[in-house]
Amino acid sequence: MLYAILCYNDETVVGTWTEEEDKKVMGDLLAVQKPLIDKGTLGPVARLLPTTSATTLRKTAGEPLVLDGPFAETKEQFLGFYVVEGESLEEVVGFVRELAEANPGTGAYEIRPVSFYAPGALAG
Amino acid sequence: MNQDDTGWIGIAINGARAKAVAALYRYFRDLDLAEEAFQEASLRALTAWPKNGPPRDAAAWLIFVGRNTGIDVLRKRARHTALPDEAVLSDTEDAESAIADRLDESHYRDDILRLLFVCCHPELPATGQIALALRVVSGLSVKQIARAFLVSEAAMEQRITRAKGRIAKAGVAFDTPDATERAERLGAVAAMVYLVFNEGYSSASERGENAKPFCEEAIRLGRLLLGLFPAEPELMGLLALMLLQGSRESARFDADGHIILMEDQDRDLWDRTMITEGLSLVEKAMRHGRPGPFQIQAAIAALHAEAKRAADTDWVQIELLYRALERMQPSPVVTLNRAVALSKVKGPQAALDLIDPLEEALSGYFYFHGLRGGLLMELKRDKEAREAFDKAMARATTTAEATHIRLHIDKLEARGRSGRFVYP
Repeated sequence: MLYAILCYNDETVVGTWTEEEDKKVMGDLLAVQKPLIDKGTLGPVARLLPTTSATTLRKTAGEPLVLDGPFAETKEQFLGFYVVEGESLEEVVGFVRELAEANPGTGAYEIRPVSFYAPGALAG
Repeated sequence: MNQDDTGWIGIAINGARAKAVAALYRYFRDLDLAEEAFQEASLRALTAWPKNGPPRDAAAWLIFVGRNTGIDVLRKRARHTALPDEAVLSDTEDAESAIADRLDESHYRDDILRLLFVCCHPELPATGQIALALRVVSGLSVKQIARAFLVSEAAMEQRITRAKGRIAKAGVAFDTPDATERAERLGAVAAMVYLVFNEGYSSASERGENAKPFCEEAIRLGRLLLGLFPAEPELMGLLALMLLQGSRESARFDADGHIILMEDQDRDLWDRTMITEGLSLVEKAMRHGRPGPFQIQAAIAALHAEAKRAADTDWVQIELLYRALERMQPSPVVTLNRAVALSKVKGPQAALDLIDPLEEALSGYFYFHGLRGGLLMELKRDKEAREAFDKAMARATTTAEATHIRLHIDKLEARGRSGRFVYP
């Protein structure tokens, strides 16, 4: 089954990382992904820019409202996601556990089975 | 979480610093006490968090603990002074019950804005404003700030103490600001944040790594502000401007620390992530249709960032944007920048005609003479170019600037020796 792994963390904390710390985290995370890449079970991976760059379109009775900022004001923000193929939830939780260990500090990962998936055809 | 995570606790504390110090400042109304209370709370976090695990909301934890330790400090002080300051004490007792339910984002917003706003008090000199913001809000050490300003730690300590003294005397409003006041504060704070950025950006050649934290902190403050006021197009412009200028950091100097002009920079060294974020913010800001000086400057920076090669730069558009900026914020320095764009669009003579009337206003300004020399050189008026470069040389404030002008003078001299040009 395909699972989406949604990553949440406090972006003010993530934004406090120095360039070196950031690089180290990205390197550690890549090391965790490597076995899945080799097996061919890792789908798209995305890291999103801070929520200050977000725009939210909210549907209303009339014209949709286009608002600045993220959809929800929360203590932890949606910062990125993975799509992976897993035999079982247990297996995916194992992978996420490793991600969590490679990623310093607090934060949360939401694991959600995917019901519809289109890989798309982005060039490059 | 790993066991060796104490370092990351430091990061979590830093991330919560602005919120926590700002709330403690509202509470104690005293910068020193707010800082001291935060410091104490941070120390306690270092022992408590590894044991109990990190709190869900680090800022709230630090405010809560900081508030209690601050009250202890006040009590001790009261014991040491002849007359306990009942007014201060009772005031804090009152606030105590209120604080728990006042920890939502909107309060953080005004707290942080207030904290930044006191740092840009008009009575403080620019360096004082920058130093204070970096010390109090960003939490850089006095040593770090002193190093970046090329002064001794003791001198910087004194400067910060003096700045705090002025603020304490100035009388700060602690009630929730109304919309007009908030907008005014925001304008002053945005200008101060850009000052911090510029201090780091313009001194990067001299101070190297020591100047880097200034730009990084300014960008962080810009993000913080925009996070608090997500629909302010000028804050989008400010953050975009800093990101787009900062994206060129690795390309601005050669191995010897000499300036590389934008047209000669290796654009592959520009930071794509920062550019993406900057461009996205410019786009967002434009949708508001409320242009302002930061947005226009960011739009100019965006046009540079979007050009794959220097030759692709849309100078026509840049010149128009500088015109708009001139109208909005008339200043000889803006006109000088427009002249650069104009020289690309209409040639050096048009640019020279534009800047000649600025001579009086900008006679002490390095870039004025540097640009004038460059334009005269293009026009093959070598003798006047040399004079202008000499004036620029005398007004250079960094070695990189001086070296840059030296190179031009060398070029002129080489040209003179080749005998192609005869001075009148």
